[in-house]
Amino acid sequence: MIYQAGNYDVVVIGAGHAGCEAALAAARMGCSTLMITLSIQHIALMPCNPSIGGPAKAQVVREIDALGGEMAVNIDKANIQIRMINTGKGPAVQALRAQADKEEYHREMLRTLEATPNLSILMAEVDRIETENGRISGVVTRTGARFGCQAVVITSGTYLKGRVIIGDVAFDSGPGNQIPPMRLSENLKELGIELGRFKTGTPPRIDSRTVDFSKMIEQPGDPQPLRFSFISPRNEREQLSCWLTRSNPETHRIVMENIERAPLFTGIIKGRGPRYCPSFEDKVVRFSHKDNHQLFVEPEGRRTNEMYVQGLNTSLPEDVQLQVLHSIAGLEHCRMIRTGYAIEYDYVVPSQLRLSLETRQVSGLFTAGQINGTSGYEEAAAQGIIAGINAALKAREKEPFILKRSEAFIGVMIDDLVTKENDEPYRLLTSRAEYRLLLRQDNADLRLTEKAHAIGLVTSQRWDIFREKKELLDRERARLQEEYVLPLDSRMAKFLADKDSAPLRDRISLWELLRRPEIKIEEYPALELMEEFDLDVMEQLELQAKYEGYIRKQEDQVRRFEKMEARKIPEDMNYDEVYGLAFEALQKLNAVRPASIGQASRIAGVNPADINILLVFLEKKRRK
Amino acid sequence: MYEDDIAAISTPPGEGGIAIVRLSGNGVIEKMNPLFRPRREGTSLAGRPSHTLTLGWIIDDRGEIIDEVLVGIMKCPRSYTGEDVVEINCHGGSLPARRCLERVLSAGFRLAEPGEFTRRAYLNGRLDISQAEAVIDIIRAKSDKGMRLAQQQLSGMNFSYIANLEDGLTRINAMIEASIDFPDEVGEPDYDEVEGRLQEILSKLDSLINAARRAEVYREGISIAICGKPNVGKSTLLNTLLRKEKAIVTEIPGTTRDVIEDYINVRGIPVKIMDTAGIRFTEDQVEKIGVERSREAIKAADLVLFLLDVETGITAEDREIFSQIHTQNIIVMVNKEDLIEKKIDETSLKGMFPGLPIIRGSAREEIGIDELEESIEKLVLSGQTGSDNLEIMVSTRQRSALERARQQVLDTRDGLREAPLDCLGVDLGGAMEALGEITGKNLKEEAIDRIFHDFCIGK
Repeated sequence: MIYQAGNYDVVVIGAGHAGCEAALAAARMGCSTLMITLSIQHIALMPCNPSIGGPAKAQVVREIDALGGEMAVNIDKANIQIRMINTGKGPAVQALRAQADKEEYHREMLRTLEATPNLSILMAEVDRIETENGRISGVVTRTGARFGCQAVVITSGTYLKGRVIIGDVAFDSGPGNQIPPMRLSENLKELGIELGRFKTGTPPRIDSRTVDFSKMIEQPGDPQPLRFSFISPRNEREQLSCWLTRSNPETHRIVMENIERAPLFTGIIKGRGPRYCPSFEDKVVRFSHKDNHQLFVEPEGRRTNEMYVQGLNTSLPEDVQLQVLHSIAGLEHCRMIRTGYAIEYDYVVPSQLRLSLETRQVSGLFTAGQINGTSGYEEAAAQGIIAGINAALKAREKEPFILKRSEAFIGVMIDDLVTKENDEPYRLLTSRAEYRLLLRQDNADLRLTEKAHAIGLVTSQRWDIFREKKELLDRERARLQEEYVLPLDSRMAKFLADKDSAPLRDRISLWELLRRPEIKIEEYPALELMEEFDLDVMEQLELQAKYEGYIRKQEDQVRRFEKMEARKIPEDMNYDEVYGLAFEALQKLNAVRPASIGQASRIAGVNPADINILLVFLEKKRRK
Repeated sequence: MYEDDIAAISTPPGEGGIAIVRLSGNGVIEKMNPLFRPRREGTSLAGRPSHTLTLGWIIDDRGEIIDEVLVGIMKCPRSYTGEDVVEINCHGGSLPARRCLERVLSAGFRLAEPGEFTRRAYLNGRLDISQAEAVIDIIRAKSDKGMRLAQQQLSGMNFSYIANLEDGLTRINAMIEASIDFPDEVGEPDYDEVEGRLQEILSKLDSLINAARRAEVYREGISIAICGKPNVGKSTLLNTLLRKEKAIVTEIPGTTRDVIEDYINVRGIPVKIMDTAGIRFTEDQVEKIGVERSREAIKAADLVLFLLDVETGITAEDREIFSQIHTQNIIVMVNKEDLIEKKIDETSLKGMFPGLPIIRGSAREEIGIDELEESIEKLVLSGQTGSDNLEIMVSTRQRSALERARQQVLDTRDGLREAPLDCLGVDLGGAMEALGEITGKNLKEEAIDRIFHDFCIGK
């Protein structure tokens, strides 16, 4: 029996990292929003590693924050350790990484969701999505509740037809023994959406009371307070350590002895797994010349004994997992709390999506997160906020919000997903961003907050902080550029001598002088003149001065890039009509249906000649 | 592919009176400023009205003259493409045009895709709507032909050599990127190793570029102008080189009234050799024309053979003629060494022609001719002889990509110890993109594959 249960602007199916951001964005933009989850206890669950951030991912977390999202604020409330990594490798690739208290992360997110106006949470399983004339009309739960809506965002993660595999044991399950939705996949196929199957995995968890930490190397957090969000207070929380140990030849012998029982090698696992996250057995086989592999033992929270064994993700049989653990220094007597497993799941082949994350088949249906064949909490959350924004805009019949490759890592990721062929779960890497020198974590707010403000996603608190920072930055930059020091300036001369920096021969602007690598802005004598002492602003000024040359190079590249992005291809483009296209280009263009000439030129198999031909065709159409 | 400033040689390859390098893009007239020095001082191209010609020189980044040219400008929208268009009329033969094109490319212009000028003309409404199919046919035909040619040329190329180069670049890139993206698992790259590998790549690129230049010299030949005062023995030298009577040889100065051309083969290099009329002040109208033509021939030549007469010594006339030669590629030949009276000594030669190859011989007695041929070969191929015995044929497009790749590898190496890893990626990425244009591979994607293949990554 199906009954009318209510009407919403936006329904979000799923409450993981993508779902939370999607629901919050839609609700904050003023849409009545319903978030449907299989289990409220699993909202914002971190089913795999207990960390957020790292190269490329930290940039994304900052971008989510700059857009008015929640991930950064939430990890600032729920971290047990936070560090800056890659500090010596350049401004674009420095990255924050935090260890999370998983339980606290969930609790804080739930609190935020519950306190958000326009947002309702419902525990249910969605069986079916309803459409009318190719457009979303509502969703129906397993228990018969029908909710009418304008837009739906599916963020089902790795749950769709999830199948957990441990050795020769396999059963239908989502992560953490959750019931997997089995009917939604079929419904999506009925709507004409093509699904694929991927695999991922997680390591065993162990009891901290049974670990001998004296045999491991301690990895403490950064002593200085760090934070992800541009608006969080400085982090003064007590930091917990992680621990480093290593596998050894004995461990590898155990793996090899049991390799014929590993589902990866027996053929039980069919889905394609990510190369950047191989199982331990895969590493042992492929890198047989290495006699040890690093393993990090990381707390899952402040108030739990569970520890995560980073580097040991495996689907070996349970008894082998125990033998493997017991062969490792410090883990000889450890007790396993959760068994490592591999999981296979359905995903939506993302080339069917628009850059707004709307499916091309159903107007108003969006997908975000691991369902789109990505991996990582950060990648999921970033898609979530974009899908949530666009679902809200769709409900209001407004133009979609799309970030370009030149504006954000989020733009790089979505463009990659939609345009390129991905045969493994997609993970962001800094090297995927051609303009990464511009897409730094330190300037995410300068890149994105104004855009988010324009669509109503930025709170007044964030907006005030942003404006103040920007004002100070502009003022101080102008001052540094306009103020000159003379060789006669004895205080500056002494400062330069102390820094082993060449003495001045001519008058030079403070900005120019800041270019010298040995000069650090916080030590600058001229700073005493600065009215307000703001760490972020100083960092920003220093980066802009020191890397101006390289930054200019990238800005030039971006200007050229954007000309082709601005040449839009109409939605209803019929490529079969285009005279002269090469056959391969025709096929690929039909499959991807790019939104612009720029996007078309990134499709493998579409050559410059095809692009020129497309341009001529579009012009002919325009003039008709 | 972008909507930026493009350039290409627009005249068909081969010999012609002039060759045209055409540029298109918005603001390209202003962008000629650092490349072009007008004959009339204090003027600039941008200040000239549309559809005018301006005489001047294409200059390199040190201000040295590359070629004397006539530059036509057509301002947006009254041009073929509808954008600002500049047409550089260079001297005939393929080398002057190539040099001008290279200069323009080095200043940030991009080599036009096949049919791109026509495509732009269409897009900017300069062609009728009904001409779309014709435009597409041009694009298709030109790029298919280009691709076929490129493939033929590539297959003739030492394939493993290029593959090796790509491999080296992706390996360095993977080392850098793996350490950035997977800091827990991969340490910082070994800078000495990276530098060594970059150096190796550089020398390979050098060999390729040199081989390409060498191939160009053998394929397209060079032009040599013989010049010197009347009766110095230019025609005799030409005849000796030709070993057949073609020029009129007399004892009366000024007999050779025009430029006489012929084709010879110097150690496998096709050479168009020109015997110029003596440059001198004359009232004779016919001779005047000849003198003017000679000046042109000297300008257009890749190499100038400057003849001196041992009997007369170095005269004011010699100095006057020599001052009119505006190229670095000069061989000085002291002729008539078979005569007894010698008025030219080594010291004055070295003083007047520092650094130039000097040959003493006799055109009539065929003394020093072997030496001369050797000197020509050496000069033409100077710095262009690789040790690898590479033989490649590449198109201008491919060579320009090789040269861009080289520059970016050079930038990467120079920044290695100073710039942080992420900045190095900007230059290295550019090099990979340029090299990828030759083989059509996406080396950045390959580098990502390589990270997973070479490094044990994954938590």
